[in-house]
Amino acid sequence: MAVPLMSFLRAFPATMEQGFIYALMALGVMITYLVLDFPDLTVDGSFPLGGAVSTSLIISGFSPLPALLLATLAGMAAGLVTGLIHVKLKIRALFSGIIVMTALYSINLRITGGSSLLSIPRDSVTLFRNNALTRLLPQAWSTLIIALALVLLAKFLLDALLNTRLGLLLRAAGDNQQVVTALGRDQGNVKILGLSLANGLVAFCGGVLCQQQRLFELSMGTGAMVLSLASVIIGVNLLKRVERLRDSTKVIIGALLYKASYGLAISLGLRPGDMKLVTALLFLGILSTRLLKGKEARDHA
Amino acid sequence: MLEMLNLRKVYNPGTVRQLCLFEGFSLRIPRGQFLSIVGSNGSGKSSMMNLICGTIQPDAGQIMVDGQDITRMPEHKRLRRIGRIHQNPAMGTCAGMSIQENLALADNKDQRMNLRPGVDKKQRQRYQDLLRPLGLGLENMLDARAGSLSGGQRQALAMVMCVMTPIDFLILDEHTAALDPKTSDLIMALTDQVVREKGLTALMVTHNLRYAIEYGDRLLMLHQGGIVLDRADEQKKKTRLQDVLDLFTQISIELGN
Repeated sequence: MAVPLMSFLRAFPATMEQGFIYALMALGVMITYLVLDFPDLTVDGSFPLGGAVSTSLIISGFSPLPALLLATLAGMAAGLVTGLIHVKLKIRALFSGIIVMTALYSINLRITGGSSLLSIPRDSVTLFRNNALTRLLPQAWSTLIIALALVLLAKFLLDALLNTRLGLLLRAAGDNQQVVTALGRDQGNVKILGLSLANGLVAFCGGVLCQQQRLFELSMGTGAMVLSLASVIIGVNLLKRVERLRDSTKVIIGALLYKASYGLAISLGLRPGDMKLVTALLFLGILSTRLLKGKEARDHA
Repeated sequence: MLEMLNLRKVYNPGTVRQLCLFEGFSLRIPRGQFLSIVGSNGSGKSSMMNLICGTIQPDAGQIMVDGQDITRMPEHKRLRRIGRIHQNPAMGTCAGMSIQENLALADNKDQRMNLRPGVDKKQRQRYQDLLRPLGLGLENMLDARAGSLSGGQRQALAMVMCVMTPIDFLILDEHTAALDPKTSDLIMALTDQVVREKGLTALMVTHNLRYAIEYGDRLLMLHQGGIVLDRADEQKKKTRLQDVLDLFTQISIELGN
């Protein structure tokens, strides 16, 4: 037992770095899944899209921030397309996402010029290396600090957005479409906007992750949606009774817990390839206990 | 003036279940009139409301508001000037949002939905003043989720939200049907007060014949997409509950139920 624990603790800072970065994507999925009540599979394509755009741009000499901005815009465009397909062509949410996700696989390959693997050269500047900020920060902690700063920034911006007039309308669209129509607004347009914002954040996350790992893999998108959804559901369900915390905080905690349990499973000797099975079981466990609890509550009522 | 001219509506066209509900249906409702509509199930009451609001499209005919043709206008654009209260109290409010947030949404209906704060704290007092006359205690629970309210409270909140910004028409689609008798009476009285105070043109579908007699300036009975009774003003005042009940029973017998 001592050996796995040691290796888990040794890897802990790296686990948290990953947790913070993936939390960005979980926040994006929170917009679609929790706020809009839209199961959006575009994520599996928009996540690597952000990575492909940002990595290719960095390799061709762009600075990290403009690269991330363009990655975000690309993700927003992907979400926009999913929204248009769903709203204008009246295609089911799941299918709309699958269509765009499938198309993005080819588009991502086009962006990288056909290679499914891109690595960022040693001397290139990224958000996490070779820039003025990282020289100021203690070397061992700089990645963790930058990732934390990014996720906090995203969280506060998202919380602020959800409390604007537009944010109330977005929440209304997920809560009761009838109210949005009654307010004289096209609820379809509100959904499209929400999908666009969510996928922008997801692609941003993809860009950030590739800058941190200095590597883009075409396969990075596989399971991205499930992973984020697991973070959202773990966070929101485990902390259901804590009313003082906002959903965005719960989602970030969920992402950290997910990555921590991932790290723990690896140090216990599971292979990375087994992790999808672990995620699926974790997912099943949380969802079924929630159902059982709900049933219990009804039986007692 | 709201006009329905020669409306035709066929359900399930081209199938064995084809049902022609309206054929050449016309109705004029002058500004400021409070119209009650009764009729058995399938008589066309709800379809008429859905046609007016744009939830469903007619197969022929026109719908005009003050001479302007709105037949092809999408639902959300019509609802800028129409308020609608549904039978299901959950339809008019967002369950997961607080009373204050719901009111703020309605308050901003005619404004731009931009990045300004959604809830203006300075409006709290005003919101409380709007809720106090309801006598339901809502003014003390602005931060409660709308989903935690009772059916009557939610319906009252929906009513307040409907008339926070100026509207021309109020559509009431069996809006007391899901409430207990006492709460129904309360919501009905509130409805009448709002309609009179704001001088709204109101269309109320109801299964409660007593409400149809007691409230409104005009009474309409629909049967299989046609108007079988239409009494306004003085004529309506003379109409007794028993008369309407007799006609209603007669129609029901014809239908075989």
